[in-house]
Amino acid sequence: MAEYQNIFTRVQVREPAYPGVDLPPGSLPRIGKPIFSYWIGKIGDAQVGPIYLGFAGIASLICGFIAIEIIGFNMLASVNWSPVEFVKNFFWLALEPPPAAYGLSIPPLGDGGWWLMAGFFLTAAIILWWIRTYQRAIDLGTGTHVAWAFAAAIFFYLSLGFIRPILMGSWGEAVPFGIFPHLDWTAAFSIRYGNLYYNPFHALSIAFLYGSAVLFAMHGGTILAVSRYGGDREIDQITDRGTAAERAALLWRWTMGFNATMESIHRWAWWFAVLTVITAGIGILLTGTVVENWYLWAVKHGVAPPYPSELTIQDPNLIQGVSQ
Amino acid sequence: MKTLKRNGLTLAALGMSAFLIGCEMPPPEVTQNGYRGLAMHQNYNPRLLQQSLDENVPPEAIPAPAPGGPLAKDLYKNVQVLGELTVTEFNRLMVAMTTWVSPEQGCYYCHVNEGFEYDGIYTKVTSRRMLQMTQDTNANWKDHVADTGVTCYTCHRGQPVPAEVWVSDPGPGQPSAMAPTGQNIAAASVAYSSLPYDPFTPFLSQDNDVRVIGDTVLPEGNRRSIKQAEWTYGLMMHMSDALGVNCTYCHNSRSFMSWDQSTPQRTTAWYAIRHVREMNNDYVTPLGEVLPASRKGPLGDPYKIYCATCHQGAYKPLYGAPMLKDYPSLSAPLPEGGTAALKAQSEAQAPAAAEEEAPAQQAKAEQPAAPAPAAAPAEEEAAPEPQAAAPEAAPAEEAAPAQAAPPAPQQQPMQPPPLRYPPPGMMQYPPAPLQYPPPPANR
Repeated sequence: MAEYQNIFTRVQVREPAYPGVDLPPGSLPRIGKPIFSYWIGKIGDAQVGPIYLGFAGIASLICGFIAIEIIGFNMLASVNWSPVEFVKNFFWLALEPPPAAYGLSIPPLGDGGWWLMAGFFLTAAIILWWIRTYQRAIDLGTGTHVAWAFAAAIFFYLSLGFIRPILMGSWGEAVPFGIFPHLDWTAAFSIRYGNLYYNPFHALSIAFLYGSAVLFAMHGGTILAVSRYGGDREIDQITDRGTAAERAALLWRWTMGFNATMESIHRWAWWFAVLTVITAGIGILLTGTVVENWYLWAVKHGVAPPYPSELTIQDPNLIQGVSQ
Repeated sequence: MKTLKRNGLTLAALGMSAFLIGCEMPPPEVTQNGYRGLAMHQNYNPRLLQQSLDENVPPEAIPAPAPGGPLAKDLYKNVQVLGELTVTEFNRLMVAMTTWVSPEQGCYYCHVNEGFEYDGIYTKVTSRRMLQMTQDTNANWKDHVADTGVTCYTCHRGQPVPAEVWVSDPGPGQPSAMAPTGQNIAAASVAYSSLPYDPFTPFLSQDNDVRVIGDTVLPEGNRRSIKQAEWTYGLMMHMSDALGVNCTYCHNSRSFMSWDQSTPQRTTAWYAIRHVREMNNDYVTPLGEVLPASRKGPLGDPYKIYCATCHQGAYKPLYGAPMLKDYPSLSAPLPEGGTAALKAQSEAQAPAAAEEEAPAQQAKAEQPAAPAPAAAPAEEEAAPEPQAAAPEAAPAEEAAPAQAAPPAPQQQPMQPPPLRYPPPGMMQYPPAPLQYPPPPANR
């Protein structure tokens, strides 16, 4: 009997390395001789490799490598090629999009052109990787659920860095490549458009994001808890309910009156994850294009409550005759 | 064995919690300054607050002199600003200034062997200008400094150069092919955010519009960019850091732009930005003609004033200690008759001033004293004009090649240095090619 009441995986199935089903004719070969790792086995399958890259995978890695090199060397150049300053300021450094006044034109390389190029290669890398997830699923004869979930995330990425800047008419609206700079950009974005918390799609996205975490914990906990009754055979139990499925269902029905099923819980999880990024992307696309100030929008539609103010002050700019 | 393991784990968890709680000592002090439930409060670490309180104590005032006696302008030569003071008042102020500004260097920091009236040393010329600046501040910028006022000590704290000053920051050196962005370096000036590290040149020397947030529900032509918001954000980080306060000291953070939800302190800060700008442009920058290179930045502009120069981490400099009342000669440009005349003036105005509580009216009364070019219609600035900053961009760009050579302050001493990074005009974008959002006229 496997010990499931543990933080880490207790079962490591060891068998002769399995390379996977035969590849269709014309495929590139799988790369690497499989190895077994005890410690990797603690968090997943102990067998590592072989990996199939194929054309899309190799092209994706090359594009991703180019993007990272462009970003990294621009960061290094921004501290005058000083490796010490590069390390010291690493979390602060960035490759910035061009100043807003360039609009959608192609700016000089040193003034945002590199950003445009890095963005192109990064996007190419991501889309090629998506093609790969799709093709692997087809070749394995599985559904393409993972690829479409990934596509939703790519939609969000493109909303921020491509679609919205085009709608606004300026590459300068896009996100810089950098650790702290992209966070400061996020704060500045919210401030500029009057507080993103009042954007209902932002709110939905947060609800789905946190909901995803809650569902993940609920589902993982439930399955581990009933695995002693064979609950690890989740997919079998969708149609062939055993005591594991019954007990898992009863746990939630007794707790909150309603329960998902062995099938529907996976749909819940998939949709929550996918809707997180879809609603987020919609929220971004509406900001600045359709709504200028989310706080004022929320006041107009009765979302933001008024608060009493003990002392209301006036904008000094509006007081006539004042010195600037 | 299993129980032992479990007990060990529990103990370890308890120990870790105790350790983490220990890090929180002492508990923060919280001061509420707005409606409940809105995070309108200031957090203070009592230990750091006590440290700051101890550091911000003004020196004892020198006993007031006996009235009467000859005037300084009659006894001394070349007394241009303080001539109307009596000799005793004058000497008392000189002694005070020495302890405030140059306690180690003494009188000879400004007065050299050629005689006390000799103007050939930059420190003396600068001191005279700084005296005028102090008098102007106390007389005409009460919206910022109130009746508490400022003295030399407010900024200098016993040092010839105040501890906190700024110069235009060219940033780290960069290959010539790279256009500097003016941001993304770990910079103390903006509290170690990655925001633009010199928001002072555009806002506290040049008068670019600080406001970026749209004040309409739907887009109606506000073309200020997110990048531009980062410049404003950088300035705000400095203000917050310099005053030792949160954003919520002035703003209700749910809507930074709304004046009707802001605290009265925001009005003070609004005047403060204009006050500091005037001090930098009318007093400090022109002194670039006399100041030596050791008092200038890498671009050749003199050390200038920003919020931290006086505030030094306190929401009111010296926590509001009223130093000025002991030195009435600094409270305004001296009229005929010196401090006695000043006193008579203020007593005559006192009943009237009490009625005019509203800062707006005060500001109106002060308007004649304010510099003429700034009197441009306030409404124009309030409107979110896309071209508002455009004229600003052109001169800055034109001046750029001239400054590429080693800074030559002698040629254009009155000009603040040009921006090296994209000027704020570049931060706005032209109407979108897709005509989206459409201009108001088409809707």
